[in-house]
Amino acid sequence: MSWLAIVALAVGTFALKGVGPVLAGGRQMPAVLNRVVALLPAALLAGLVAVQTFGDGQTLTVDGRTVGVLVAAVAVVLRAPFIVVVVLAMAAAALVRGLG
Amino acid sequence: MGFATSVSDPVLRKAVVLGIAVGLYGVSFGVLAVTAGLSVWQAVGLSTLVFAGSSQFAAVGVIAAGGGPLAAVASGLLLNTRMAAFGLALAPVLTGRLPRRLLASHLLIDESAAMALAESDLRAKRRAFWFTGVSVFVFWNAATIFGALAGSLLGDPRTLGLDAAFPAGFLALLGPMLHHRAARLSALAGAVVALGLLPFTPPGVPILAASAGVLAGYWVANGDDPGDDPGDHLGTLSGPGE
Repeated sequence: MSWLAIVALAVGTFALKGVGPVLAGGRQMPAVLNRVVALLPAALLAGLVAVQTFGDGQTLTVDGRTVGVLVAAVAVVLRAPFIVVVVLAMAAAALVRGLG
Repeated sequence: MGFATSVSDPVLRKAVVLGIAVGLYGVSFGVLAVTAGLSVWQAVGLSTLVFAGSSQFAAVGVIAAGGGPLAAVASGLLLNTRMAAFGLALAPVLTGRLPRRLLASHLLIDESAAMALAESDLRAKRRAFWFTGVSVFVFWNAATIFGALAGSLLGDPRTLGLDAAFPAGFLALLGPMLHHRAARLSALAGAVVALGLLPFTPPGVPILAASAGVLAGYWVANGDDPGDDPGDHLGTLSGPGE
């Protein structure tokens, strides 16, 4: 991988990251847009969680990781602290893999 | 993680926990990059200049699989398109003078965005963003150097269950946002769209497309939640917190 490719990826990534903070930052947005943007975090985070839970390249899979996230979901419903949720998920995933 | 649990500020503690978890992945990124033929400096260059874990893995993965630099850059960028969406969601939080917004842009990653979006008031959102961005930047880069130098001595992080740590952490951040029906519907629709597209689209597209989930939430919430003041748009979703 050449330095040119690295710099190209860096510049392109920075442009994407800058769309919100640099272009839209601090500006008043129309109320309709505000309401849509307010719902974005839930939609994006849910998409992220779903893909990271079931995605393996371009296939959907169920494995130790899925079990770990299920355990995490139960912990979240029970309002467990952040670190407990993460550690339980890791332990469950590692355990399932160890047994499998 | 003894150090992490000894930190008293809860936001800082989460930021350090995430930094350590990301750092463990950074080690494997360093290993993979060097294995794929990059120099130690190029591995570190990717981590400091690009600073976007999934796209770094994708780019190096393409190279490792024998792909060209153009394919590597394209797949890396595709994975980062979601940063434009995250950035828009955080635009009211990441304000200030231009140099500050430029720096914020560079520190915009899944972890800093998720942490900021999970807080309820503006000040807490800003602290969460900067703590997490800096923490992950430090751990990610230190870990990349370590991994690149250590080469292939280290094993697969999946045996530690580390791949479950990220969705679990993001789920913990998502949970408190789901008090409102509109947010729950948006989340559900986002997850369904992402999983539905995953087998058919290049990596990166499903998460970006999850944005469309807001349409489901907006459709239902429009006019059915009169107490929801649009001016308070970022506070309304986070509920009372943990």
